[in-house]
Amino acid sequence: MGRLGDLTAALRAEGARPVVPFVTAGFPTDDACRGALRGVKDAGCRLVEIGVPFSDPVADGPVIQAASQRALVQGMTPARSLELAAWARRELDLTVVLMGYLNPVLRMGSERFAAACATAGVAGLIVPDLPVDEAAGLRASLHAAGVDLVSLVAPTTDAARLQLHAAHASGFLYLVSTTGVTGTGAGAGDGLEAYVARVRAACTLPLYVGFGVGTAAQAARVARCADGAIVGSALLRKLEHIADEPAARAATSSFIGELAGAMAAAGDGTRDASGKGDHS
Amino acid sequence: MTTPSSNAAAPGRFGPYGGQYVPETLMPCLRELEAVWLAARTEPAFLAELAELQADYSGRPTPLYRARRFEAACGGRARVWLKREDLNHTGAHKINNCLGQVLLARRMGKARLIAETGAGQHGVATATVAAWAGLRCTVYMGEVDMQRQEPNVRRMRLLGAEVVPVLSGARTLKDATSEAIRDWVTNVADSHYIIGSTVGPHPYPTMVRDFQSVIGIEARRQVLEKEGRLPDVAIACVGGGSNAAGLFAGFVDDPVALYGVEAGGSALGHSAALALGTPGVLHGSFSYLLQDDDGQIVPAHSIAAGLDYPGVGPEHSFLKDTGRVTYDKVDDAEALTAFGDLCRLEGIIPALESSHALAFCRRLLGDEAACARLLATRAAGPDAGPLVVVVNLSGRGDKDMHGDAGAQQDGGAHGQAR
Ligand SMILES: Cc1ncc(COP(=O)(O)O)c(C=O)c1O
Repeated sequence: MGRLGDLTAALRAEGARPVVPFVTAGFPTDDACRGALRGVKDAGCRLVEIGVPFSDPVADGPVIQAASQRALVQGMTPARSLELAAWARRELDLTVVLMGYLNPVLRMGSERFAAACATAGVAGLIVPDLPVDEAAGLRASLHAAGVDLVSLVAPTTDAARLQLHAAHASGFLYLVSTTGVTGTGAGAGDGLEAYVARVRAACTLPLYVGFGVGTAAQAARVARCADGAIVGSALLRKLEHIADEPAARAATSSFIGELAGAMAAAGDGTRDASGKGDHS
Repeated sequence: MTTPSSNAAAPGRFGPYGGQYVPETLMPCLRELEAVWLAARTEPAFLAELAELQADYSGRPTPLYRARRFEAACGGRARVWLKREDLNHTGAHKINNCLGQVLLARRMGKARLIAETGAGQHGVATATVAAWAGLRCTVYMGEVDMQRQEPNVRRMRLLGAEVVPVLSGARTLKDATSEAIRDWVTNVADSHYIIGSTVGPHPYPTMVRDFQSVIGIEARRQVLEKEGRLPDVAIACVGGGSNAAGLFAGFVDDPVALYGVEAGGSALGHSAALALGTPGVLHGSFSYLLQDDDGQIVPAHSIAAGLDYPGVGPEHSFLKDTGRVTYDKVDDAEALTAFGDLCRLEGIIPALESSHALAFCRRLLGDEAACARLLATRAAGPDAGPLVVVVNLSGRGDKDMHGDAGAQQDGGAHGQAR
């Protein structure tokens, strides 16, 4: 469908196991946020997630809550988040997925928001409080504008619901690693491999695991079974006390670079073991 | 239990309002809850157990009491009946919902209850049913509310509940609700979230109304016994809207004028989502709420912690749009005056939340033109005697006595001496 699906399909074809960094728009400061995005680019990432801060983020743990609150106090808005996304697309050639709660989207209007995403070059949207059952309207608006709506799947999602996700999802499937909020849990709990295999059997899209993935070991474990890892709270924690662009850039590229390296090594391991790319 | 016609086009929808806007993690659990509740609500054994608890544990039916001195102070144009939900075990209507939900939690095999609370009445009711059922209990409460409703914090702890202070946002009910949802997402396998009002994702708004409908069903029967006819007017305060939904459930299909009263607050802000808000999504459903142009939620304000919430239940949004219920607001000062009135005129200390309904009653009955209109248009006809008004006294005010309400009364009599 959109460019997000093109990119994730291409990454899979290459046998890449991308790390997808998440930054909150405007956190820790406007400048340092742009620095972090430059660091994402330096680390070799092609895909990035930008969070649109919301006043009441019920799916987020303390780190992203605090980041959202700080960004809002500093004047970040949905419109300015879209400008930041456009900048990352234009200046850094990053493919951007926005993560934002439903109410600001509805406030702007689904169609207007979808059009604004298209104008900004945003490839996909993740809405953590919009389950697939309620998503038809927004999905139609986004698809009309050429933007993917990424579906979130959880460990509690049963077989019947997996079918629903498989029927509607595009871009990639976001696997919430544990029952919980962002930044908590082990990031790759006991049942991760079985969970990924269960989803894999129901859905052909690339599977990206997020929520609580924050160490090289966890990222490597994700790389051995899934297609990508999303890293949010752990990155924001590194940025908390940074205000200037160069420092944020360096901190991000070193941390994300480390995770990307671990994932690449783990991914190579799986390919060597099977003699070919997992999904070729 | 009977439920009034909701006019919902789809389950969980009241016109465009309602829905299930929650993280995927919770969706299977909402499906299970809906199925368990739908099976239970017509099952004789469940209804018998609930009825027994309502009678022997909570003390139902609660009286319908004619407040003669209060009605005289309102101008003598009406007979005013108070539905005494304050006389329930734990002191408010909140227990009606908790008794129903704890039975469902037990059927689902949950070991733990989660609740949010503002005034503390819902937290106390949840802690109470947790003790009764032998379940663990965690209650989230904004730090500001823990201070202004301190007696209820002690009650909850005495009952064995863990009370977790919430330090985010305005540190009131909205923030406590968000934190309760986060706990629920994390512990959904073993924990049931008892939402305290007709808010949240489907099935909560309908289910909570169902459990609260006992208020209206009883009040209807009682007023028919005492007056020989239906009331002309029914009034309830609206926070999330559960005591109002419960009262209105008895009268929504009758020719009774229904009024829902939101908190008008003060110069610090208000909580009038229906009167002054716009539709949006907060805490799982689409409904009127207080938000800015960017869709960020605007903090609410009310002297009554249980009304201090920027959203409202989706069915009330629908009833506002259809015009079936008239929603109005009462500010902090008017509510405090009504609080004092009821204390001194009737020997009843009302909750500050309920005081908003009493204040509106007094305002309505003091409005000669409005009363004339009600008399002229009522079903009983213009000559059927004075107006008959039912006000839901949703809770008692012991919890408020050390705060602004207590200070005001004290200040009135002994201000100089202090
Ligand atoms: C006594 C009392 N009345 C009313 C309310 C408001 O809630 P609702 O609108 O759900 O009845 C509360 C909430 O805490 C309460 O304690």
